[in-house]
Amino acid sequence: MPSPADVAVALWSTTISGQLPHDVLVSAGRAFAGLLVGGAIGFLLGIANGVSKVSEQLTDTTLQMLRTIPHLAMIPLVILWFGIGEESKLFLTSLGVLFPVYLNTYHGVRNVDRDLIEMGRVYGMGSWTLFRKVIFPGALPSIFVGLRYALGIMWLTLIVSESIAASSGIGHMANNAREFMMTDVVVLALVIYAVLGKLADVVARALERRALTWNPIYQK
Amino acid sequence: MSVITHERFHGSIEPDYAAHGEKPATPPAGAASITLTGLEKSFGGNRVLRGINLHIPAGQFVAVIGKSGCGKSTLLRVLMGLDQPSAGSIRFGTADGSGERPNARIVFQEPRLLPWLSVAENVAVGLGDGIDKRLALAEAAAVLSEVQLAEKAKEWPSRLSGGQRQRVALARALVSKPGVLALDEPLGALDALTRISMQELINRVWHELGFTTVLVTHDVSEAVHLADRVIVLEEGRIALDVVIPQPHPRRHGNPELAELEGRLLGAILGAGR
Repeated sequence: MPSPADVAVALWSTTISGQLPHDVLVSAGRAFAGLLVGGAIGFLLGIANGVSKVSEQLTDTTLQMLRTIPHLAMIPLVILWFGIGEESKLFLTSLGVLFPVYLNTYHGVRNVDRDLIEMGRVYGMGSWTLFRKVIFPGALPSIFVGLRYALGIMWLTLIVSESIAASSGIGHMANNAREFMMTDVVVLALVIYAVLGKLADVVARALERRALTWNPIYQK
Repeated sequence: MSVITHERFHGSIEPDYAAHGEKPATPPAGAASITLTGLEKSFGGNRVLRGINLHIPAGQFVAVIGKSGCGKSTLLRVLMGLDQPSAGSIRFGTADGSGERPNARIVFQEPRLLPWLSVAENVAVGLGDGIDKRLALAEAAAVLSEVQLAEKAKEWPSRLSGGQRQRVALARALVSKPGVLALDEPLGALDALTRISMQELINRVWHELGFTTVLVTHDVSEAVHLADRVIVLEEGRIALDVVIPQPHPRRHGNPELAELEGRLLGAILGAGR
């Protein structure tokens, strides 16, 4: 195990050489591209299935079935399909992120207070206004739970897929260091993952706090 | 004794318009009369409303009372178009003569405010979609001062007391100047003192704005203090139709009203025996 001082030195030298900033940017880019694609699909499916009975009957069972397959078990297939390029990482992170966002969005929409929806209808709201003013804000607390859960899965998927097949990114940096027995860089990679994960969670919490100021839980 | 009582046979065919007379003051242009003819509502095999015939002149304040399960809330929901009648018709007498449901608003037992909108934005919901936001908030502020909550305009609903929330709900119903106001046990969840001040508030705005009001309540005292006319429902039929001609505002503890309240209570309780 390297001493903290060794890790600090590794941080310094990899930063100077430009390798670390490059790998962090590459990893973060992949992570957020996956979050964007998977999150958007999960969000849209969750809204559609929460609002429409037809859509729910068509897709919910299938989604629940796919959800039970551990997405990392698909790595061999994904490598065969996409090779070891960016597509395989984007596919895996999107897939990992999709389900928590889908489930929590769906749950949130289904649990919006029926009385409020009835009030909206009686007060003459059209479908779009009803969604914008009642259903979406009502589902938002639950959607945020899905987002924070998804962030955890996003990093996990990325680490695994970068370690197995990648030519850049923090996972690749750690794996490369392993081959040269550079434990200080391996530990540094872990620290970087922890910092990135924490950072993403802090941002999500700040967004949550800002979007849900109406909720007494977030009031001082 | 200035209290006139009309006892009617169940399911009379023609509403007795003449007996109730129009309100002495001319009702405002927006207020609508309501005519229910042979109104029925069944849920499955359960007949909740059994042939309601009723005419409510424009601007009248009608209270509907009865035991729980007598159909009073269902009557209000059908009247507001929340549920479709199984049979019979609802006609509205509006200035344009179309018979369509006029601008009608409802206050529920729970405030049903949107917790993610400020108090003023909640009131503005009553104005509908197609209105400029600044204009809507200005109108909301005006109605909020009417219900003495002007200083709470920017607060979240969760910061208000139960009585204040219900006043916001009332403001939301009033902001579009409705021709018909339906009140579905709006004060049922409030404490006794708050309820009395809310009753005064409802009485005052009704006098100022003159909309036709249908109040569903289980509180007989509330009914006789607020209404021009009290309808007693019993198993989905009109059992009693009483006009209360006393001037507003009415004092609590008025002996004539107390006597009437006693008789109505007796009628409701006796009906089940």
